[in-house]
Amino acid sequence: MKILIPIKRVNDYNVKVRPNQANTDVDLSNVKMAMNPFCEIAVEEAIRLKEAGKADEIVVVTIGDDKHQEQLRTALALGADRALHVKTDITLQPLDVAKTLAKVYERESANLVIMGKVGIDGDHNQTGQMFAALTNLPQATFASEIEINGNDVQVTREIDGGLETLTAEMPAVITTDLRLNEPRYASLPNIMKAKRKPLEELSLDELNVNVESKVTTLKVESPPQRQEGVKVENVEQLVDKLRNEAKVI
Amino acid sequence: MKTLVIAEHNGENLSAATLSVIDAAKKLGRDIDLLVASNSSSNILAEAKVVEGVSTVLDFSHEKFANEIAEDIAACVVSVKDSYDFFLASSSTSGKNNLPRAAALLDIQQISEVTEILDDKTFKKPIYAGSCIATVQSTQEKNALTIRTTSFEKTGASGGSASIETKDVPGTDSRKSGFVKNELTVSDRPELTAADIVVSGGRGMQNGDNFALLEGVATKLNAAVGASRAAVDSGFVPNDYQVGQTGKSVAPNLYIAVGISGAIQHLAGMKDSKTIVAINKDEEAPIFKVADYGLVADLFEALPDLESKL
Repeated sequence: MKILIPIKRVNDYNVKVRPNQANTDVDLSNVKMAMNPFCEIAVEEAIRLKEAGKADEIVVVTIGDDKHQEQLRTALALGADRALHVKTDITLQPLDVAKTLAKVYERESANLVIMGKVGIDGDHNQTGQMFAALTNLPQATFASEIEINGNDVQVTREIDGGLETLTAEMPAVITTDLRLNEPRYASLPNIMKAKRKPLEELSLDELNVNVESKVTTLKVESPPQRQEGVKVENVEQLVDKLRNEAKVI
Repeated sequence: MKTLVIAEHNGENLSAATLSVIDAAKKLGRDIDLLVASNSSSNILAEAKVVEGVSTVLDFSHEKFANEIAEDIAACVVSVKDSYDFFLASSSTSGKNNLPRAAALLDIQQISEVTEILDDKTFKKPIYAGSCIATVQSTQEKNALTIRTTSFEKTGASGGSASIETKDVPGTDSRKSGFVKNELTVSDRPELTAADIVVSGGRGMQNGDNFALLEGVATKLNAAVGASRAAVDSGFVPNDYQVGQTGKSVAPNLYIAVGISGAIQHLAGMKDSKTIVAINKDEEAPIFKVADYGLVADLFEALPDLESKL
């Protein structure tokens, strides 16, 4: 079984990102970049499936400029077998990412595609669902548990009211939620080995994808700041403030 | 052209989130139709019919809608696409699951988590866990939006008089997933995203059993109980308690954060609350920066004290 894992390069999740001075975009100069945490969970899940003898090959793919190869190498160091880099200097919107991944999927014909549910940068939460639509594949989003039974995959999903379990015949698309697993760190020997693993470069032209920006960002600003309030001395004062000042209880 | 809102329900009742999406839809200045896919639920249709602001309820009735599968919902949306230039759903796990699938089939770049509608092409949405707010403009003729419900009012649940149009239920062209089971959290408390008061616990709660202390306060206040990602990750409570970037967004009248340090990812989900209270023993905790009332105290003493004084 072959698993395809699309990954995204984003800001490190510990970094608080701010608008640039002109308020035209975010300021990512000097911001540490990393693999999107939900993509790390996808890579980890694929590695666990391979370790359990359920998968034979793990292929990771990303779309972006040359710097994106850092995240592909990270995935290779963690345990992916092969990497694909769709090179472009354009920042694609989720629909175009899904279209590009659909072309990659055509070439690779994986049995399972696992991807992060959301990028912590744009907070779109779309690409997996769009990719599933464009490839006519079943989707199971926000997964907290994945179980392979023969040709079927059973997925427990995190939904607002609790948990839902779906089953799908593979190939299928799964997006990861936080509790699916805890990703490992890459060991130094594996980081060295990853440098020799195959990494193939592709272009949007080769894949025959037409990208088109359909949504333009006009402005990026900081959210309105809340005024810092007051400290109360004790519970009694707190209850008094809530009753008589804020009038919320 | 009209606006199509995808209704959310639990099989019996229309969800409050749908009322907020309709409030957002009103700002687009078009007639609003409501798509209801259900297992022939006369109750949901009766509720949908009287929602204020709805022109027509599109009734997709079929036993397969006893459980909601994104592949089926997307097919319903596509089957009526020609009459609409806006497709709206809430940014709940249901809306997030369904709408992007439909949008891709319609070749629409969806705009997610809309918090403000400036005009029918221009929208505001948070990015980077709410660290920044982007104003985006669509150049598309048709648009799909998921709506952050806490940023909008709720339209009236009654007073409307929509007509009901029975629609043919389309088959699904694509291969699709099948429902196995649900394990829903059962609670007598108000639902987290709809509650007037939310009491949330973080890593400082130390374990799941200690959430009983929060429950005591929540019962007195008729509040919902929430949690930070740290508390969920540590296994104290299930994921559906989670408030924050990767969980739910809430904006109650009163939000009480207990033993929560206030990571940006948590603030993303609660900083629009009207009044915020923070109880934490670390006076340097960033949660105090957004709190209207801060109490530096040991939560194991403060919570029983609070419960007794309410």
